[in-house]
Amino acid sequence: MTPEAGRGGAASLPITIRRLTKRYGKFTALDHIDLEIKSGEFITLLGPSGSGKTTLLMMLGGFVQPDSGSIRFGDQEVVLLPPHKRGIGMVFQNYALFPHMNVAANLGYPLKLRGCRRDEIADRVAKALELVELGGYGERGVHQLSGGQKQRVALARAIIFEPRILLMDEPLSALDKNLREKMQLEIRRLHDRLGLTSVYVTHDQREALTMSDRIAVLNRGRLVQLDQPRDLYEQPASRFIADFIGETHCVPVDVHDGKALLFGKVLQLDRPLRSAARAQSLALRPEKLHLLVGDVPPQLNVIEGKLRQHVFQGDSIVSYVTLADGREIAVRRSQGFGERAPEPGDSVRIGIAPRDTIIVPDDEPTAPT
Amino acid sequence: MTMAHSEAGQGLNATALERSARNEQLRLLFLCAPALLLIGIVALAPMGWLSGLSFVGKDGLTFANYERLLHPSYQLTLLSTFQLAFVVTAICLVLGYPLAYLTAQMRPRAASLVMLCVLFPFWTSLLVRTYAWLVILQRKGIVNTWLENLGLIDEPLRLVYNFTGTTIGMVHVMLPFMVLPLYAAMKSISPDYLQAAASLGAPPVKAFWQVFVPQSIPGVIAGLIVVFVLSLGFYVTPALLGGGKVMMWSMQVERAMEVYADWGAASALGVVLLVMTIGVLWLISRLVGIGSLIERD
Repeated sequence: MTPEAGRGGAASLPITIRRLTKRYGKFTALDHIDLEIKSGEFITLLGPSGSGKTTLLMMLGGFVQPDSGSIRFGDQEVVLLPPHKRGIGMVFQNYALFPHMNVAANLGYPLKLRGCRRDEIADRVAKALELVELGGYGERGVHQLSGGQKQRVALARAIIFEPRILLMDEPLSALDKNLREKMQLEIRRLHDRLGLTSVYVTHDQREALTMSDRIAVLNRGRLVQLDQPRDLYEQPASRFIADFIGETHCVPVDVHDGKALLFGKVLQLDRPLRSAARAQSLALRPEKLHLLVGDVPPQLNVIEGKLRQHVFQGDSIVSYVTLADGREIAVRRSQGFGERAPEPGDSVRIGIAPRDTIIVPDDEPTAPT
Repeated sequence: MTMAHSEAGQGLNATALERSARNEQLRLLFLCAPALLLIGIVALAPMGWLSGLSFVGKDGLTFANYERLLHPSYQLTLLSTFQLAFVVTAICLVLGYPLAYLTAQMRPRAASLVMLCVLFPFWTSLLVRTYAWLVILQRKGIVNTWLENLGLIDEPLRLVYNFTGTTIGMVHVMLPFMVLPLYAAMKSISPDYLQAAASLGAPPVKAFWQVFVPQSIPGVIAGLIVVFVLSLGFYVTPALLGGGKVMMWSMQVERAMEVYADWGAASALGVVLLVMTIGVLWLISRLVGIGSLIERD
């Protein structure tokens, strides 16, 4: 029996990735990736398609070989280890449940491979089904399950043999929005309960923000930022990340001697600039902006523009404002304006607190190693 | 207003919508009509006529044609027919499975090249191929000459005018019928299944047998049925390569016609072959469920 098949207290493992590189012809899928994942951490690889996030996950699983680099699970170098010897649980995008086996046989398969006795398998299958709230579904065929149920079975199968690392490749992308949001929380709760080291791949930034301890943002094969969700959202390292995460409108600013100028006015900032480059961008999040009515509090940065329209979105009202250079930005507020609502065509002023005034370099930096 | 309509039982436009659905079905039937007619005229009607003939003797209605088939020589023919079909089918599976597996793993361009080679035999006439085997396998043929020159054998092997020659020739003819359904079934198996098996701890050989092979079964069964059924009724290759030593059911039909000019006997033979073929299909469908051939994820 392999160690990971041992019962109880299966310890999770940290993952250390060093200088991991993969090229397909001229295309660089992964470019010297360095990443340390702590034991028991839930980390998400986030990026647009072609960013290398899936390639990286497949390398952790052993399904894709890097050109060079190192992957360690704990103290063990695994880069040359075939997938079936890595002891990882994996959830695939299309679930990959074996259609010729029923639910119980699917769940029992990894246990059978590890030489568990029949009654032990039955026992653990029943427990795993309870864990994903599918008690009594063992005899069902895979075809008889709904998308959400397949998802749960796939998850149960990936953890039933108590792996120390769980990999998930966009497992929720086939589900509808409501179910997806429910499953996000469920997967996260399961993670907290089992304490596995989890690596999750998604292109959905909201999903990443919801679920992760830390998020690794990849773009064009490079790791561009690794941070906790809040830090990533509030302090994006580049314009790419600001655009990719959350709703963002960018306005160009000039940088001189550590000062950022917007339309010739110096912006108040509460932290030093990340880069000294001359042309950078001011990243504006709609919910951090205030459409000012009346007096302007002196501590706010102010942008002037012309109101184009209000859009009612149920929980909030979004106002679109055209700036002096023709750019359009959005301001979101949760309640109406009452009597003094500005009309479309009015000149308006938009306030931003210095701590929400995010200046990002247009070029992508490499994450510090 | 609309609410009132639907509550009254007759929904808005219900009659018209029903009629349009019925018209759609009629249109489909009309489009199928030429094919259905053709099958009726060239297949079903002659078959009915033949089975009618098999019950007609010199003095009216009779079972004599069938009683004659109880003779031991016919039983021997039946046995050798099934034997040959069985051996040919088994060899086709053993040769075809790895070939289909390899092709299914290839890149599209390489795979289409291999499929081209598999289909190559279809482009030459059956007769030409069979005579080619005759030339290759005969006493002084290329195979025997090479084997002798290499010193592997002292005297020529009997490769033709017997069961061996017939088997070789028929495997060649039947292989594409095995490879095509196998390839189609394997192509529909996502590589994710094997990756999933590996992630769960299955070494490649186990993953192949426990995850890949079971999912390819529909293709295997389709291939087995096609090859076995075609082999049961095969004529040209056994007649030429068998050298009279391999007696197939189809050759009995020919003999009844050519030698005895006995339509009744020939028809009875045909009906028996048809019934046995249907019997085999029924047996297989009982064993595996014919639904499993059609039903896919």
